[in-house]
Amino acid sequence: MTLLSLTISDVTIGQELPPLDIVLTRTLITATAIASRDYQEVHHDPSIAVERGSQDIIMNILTTNGFVGRYITDWAGPNAFIKSVKVRLGVPNYPGETMKMRGKITATSGNDVTVVVTGSNSMGDHVTATVEIVLP
Amino acid sequence: MSTVASQTDQDKQAFWQQLQSFVGKEIGPPQPAPDEVNIPMIRHWCEAIGDNNPIYLDAAAAEASIHQQIVAPPTMLQAWVMAGIKPRVVSGASPYEEMNQLLFSHNFTSVVATNCEQTYDRYLHPGDKLSMTTTIDSISPEKTTALGTGHFITTRQDYFDQNNQRVGSMLFRIIRFRPAARKETAPDAVRPRPATTHDNSWWFDGLQNAKLFIQRCTKCQALRFPPGPVCPTCVSMDWEPVEAVGTGTIHSFVITHYPQVPGLEYPLPVLLIDLDEGVRMVMNPIDTDIADLAIGKKVDIVLRATDDELTLPFAKVHK
Repeated sequence: MTLLSLTISDVTIGQELPPLDIVLTRTLITATAIASRDYQEVHHDPSIAVERGSQDIIMNILTTNGFVGRYITDWAGPNAFIKSVKVRLGVPNYPGETMKMRGKITATSGNDVTVVVTGSNSMGDHVTATVEIVLP
Repeated sequence: MSTVASQTDQDKQAFWQQLQSFVGKEIGPPQPAPDEVNIPMIRHWCEAIGDNNPIYLDAAAAEASIHQQIVAPPTMLQAWVMAGIKPRVVSGASPYEEMNQLLFSHNFTSVVATNCEQTYDRYLHPGDKLSMTTTIDSISPEKTTALGTGHFITTRQDYFDQNNQRVGSMLFRIIRFRPAARKETAPDAVRPRPATTHDNSWWFDGLQNAKLFIQRCTKCQALRFPPGPVCPTCVSMDWEPVEAVGTGTIHSFVITHYPQVPGLEYPLPVLLIDLDEGVRMVMNPIDTDIADLAIGKKVDIVLRATDDELTLPFAKVHK
């Protein structure tokens, strides 16, 4: 079985990744929190989230990492080896928002590729991530 | 007066030294993962995230890949060691708790996570059994951000497998801060209107149409800003608008605290931006930590509506 996967000859600095828009439902935010074993109330209980100063439940950080990882391999395929995901957090991801994921190759060196990924919603950037991958 | 000031400085110095004493300390004994890396947890994660990479669940596809066997999504690293619904019982005083109490006693009561940096030494396979150690990695000097004044605390988690080999690590940064004083502005206050004239309203209209213009003299080709009727280079009154690329550099900046104008948030950085075309504009930053401001930093210009009637350029400062 052969898997479609990018190789280093397929990429150039400045190349943009295909956009990915994630519709943030309450189910998605809750399901991802629980799938990552994160039971903090602000990720599933709206009334406690509001009590603690939030507008609604918010996506947890493990899930933000997960979406960055998915966005990379959705594009680069199964043979991309993710070396690091460095995430800077911004505005929260609330239900009802859409997280628009965009990415751009900012550096290459040998088989190493650096991609800068942003995930933004109507309030601004939820995440800015620098991801280092190795392509065959 | 000076005695009081130096007393305060001494207190601050003592507090800072107390804080620094926590750096390098391990928070407690290694935390074992409750379960081995396993397919059911991988499936829950992939379904929830919508991750269809076949190397996580399809054995044949995984065998054909560089991994040659099923692997867990690397970004799941932290999930394997999460405590779950019951809080972890920590016996004895943890340096982390002691540090938090010290910060709390100085009114740094709020907390927001700012960065999470994971590095993977290898991908994990079903059957791997992890444990995690946590160390206080660094504590920043007092910083003022849009949230308030506080200290950035970075902890480092190292993840080890059943053979005590490190498989990955994570730097996790939070800011513990005193919430900024409540805004003195009415909640529905809008940003002050620009003073528009016959000679500059076209420029603000351009912003409303999502275009950032620079004025160019059609006689001598000199670019100029702010908009005006006469070319300061050749005094021609003939000009045309050209659209800016939207990139520049911080020439200088100040952070204003007072007086506070309704409709603006404080502390308010005001930047002088040299556009790459060569003209200089004044603007506020957007999606930028005050700590990241520095002369010479590159910026992208972002046009953002501040309300229905006004769109302005903002500088998004590169990290």
